[in-house]
Amino acid sequence: MRITQGAFSFLPDLTHDQIRAQVQYCIDNKWAVSLEFTDEPHPRNTYWDMWGHPMFDNPDAAALMMELNACRKIYGDRYIRVVAFDSSHGWESVKLSFIVNRPAEEPGYRLDRQEAAGRMIRYTTRPYAADRPAGARYG
Amino acid sequence: MSAPALAETEVPQNAVPAAIDLRGEFETSGVKDVLAELDRELIGLAPVKRRIRETAALLLVERARRRMGLAHETPTLHMSFTGNPGTGKTTVALRMADLLHRLGYVRKGHLVSVTRDDLVGQYIGHTAPKTKEILKKAMGGVLFIDEAYYLYRPENERDYGQEAIEILLQVMENQRDDLVVILAGYAQRMDRFFESNPGFRSRIAHHIDFPDYSDDELLRIAEQMLDQQNYLFDTKATTAMADYIARRRAQPHFANARSIRNALDRARLRQANRLFESAKGPLDAKALSTISAEDITASRVFARKPGEGESK
Repeated sequence: MRITQGAFSFLPDLTHDQIRAQVQYCIDNKWAVSLEFTDEPHPRNTYWDMWGHPMFDNPDAAALMMELNACRKIYGDRYIRVVAFDSSHGWESVKLSFIVNRPAEEPGYRLDRQEAAGRMIRYTTRPYAADRPAGARYG
Repeated sequence: MSAPALAETEVPQNAVPAAIDLRGEFETSGVKDVLAELDRELIGLAPVKRRIRETAALLLVERARRRMGLAHETPTLHMSFTGNPGTGKTTVALRMADLLHRLGYVRKGHLVSVTRDDLVGQYIGHTAPKTKEILKKAMGGVLFIDEAYYLYRPENERDYGQEAIEILLQVMENQRDDLVVILAGYAQRMDRFFESNPGFRSRIAHHIDFPDYSDDELLRIAEQMLDQQNYLFDTKATTAMADYIARRRAQPHFANARSIRNALDRARLRQANRLFESAKGPLDAKALSTISAEDITASRVFARKPGEGESK
């Protein structure tokens, strides 16, 4: 099941040049771009691991693309996303984030129903991948 | 056929123009302006200007070939600037960044100027991130490494400079589209640096040598510097300055235009003091902006005979 989080996730995977163009757009808007990766793709998991520092003062997208290549070399079997942070006063939050790398196989989620008091049902989703220990979930 | 006329205006990206008017390209791309500015604002440096002109021509032709779909490969643009201190290496590097930007060989055209301290770390594992950080900052522009030979210290085999050199070489080779590296330094020491790092020599296509300025050129530079700050010499001061330059050159630590700039700074200081102490009434703009001979001849350079002792 293809995971749809962040921008562009209903589109086909972005190509190298498309990623670069998006990143350049972010930089031109003075947003700090950075990379994050995870192997825990639950939609409520907002805290992904950071790859290096956010890049506040690189005027060209080539810098991020270099880091992306380095990140893919090590964590190519996980989810990697580009995060663009707007530091201007009043915003101080993420303006854009999109997935740039996914595992070859995305097993999706299991829906668990828990029977609670009365006839109440509690629902929870659990990524199949999370059954395995962190670091050994994909590939 | 109106192709040459068309080529002057913007050609859509995917259309292959039948002919390209190099002269027109030269003018519309802004290269002409950069070169004219270089000629106008930089005094002397004839061989450097010639080399830059040649490089610009090569790049223009390469670009024209690319647009016509002829075989081309991104030319190696890394350069080395050698010359004595104060001969304008940094200034020319700035212009070079602008030139490459206008020709479309670097995307942003900014100049990141660094020395050994910015690239090399202080402990194990510190160098690589530091060098990469600088490289990332320079991407899309020009990385200017001043006194590049300090990166390599043969007397200490555990020196972290070697690590910085390796990362630099790797990026210079693999990301030629993303950044241009300019190494700068004194000619002799750069030669030795290249001898012990053949990897650099082979990756650098353009070696540009900056000659020393002649006395006459230095005087014109002095006048231009003053002009930019809205100051001027009176006639006696001009002669005094010419004399100063001849004497200063014979003394140690002579750094061409940089020595001149420092001398002028000190002359302005003396002029301010003179005005402060001697002015009786209100001063007009002319008095405030005129450097006279006594502001220059008060320099310690005149206190010694040429060739004798330190000047500082």
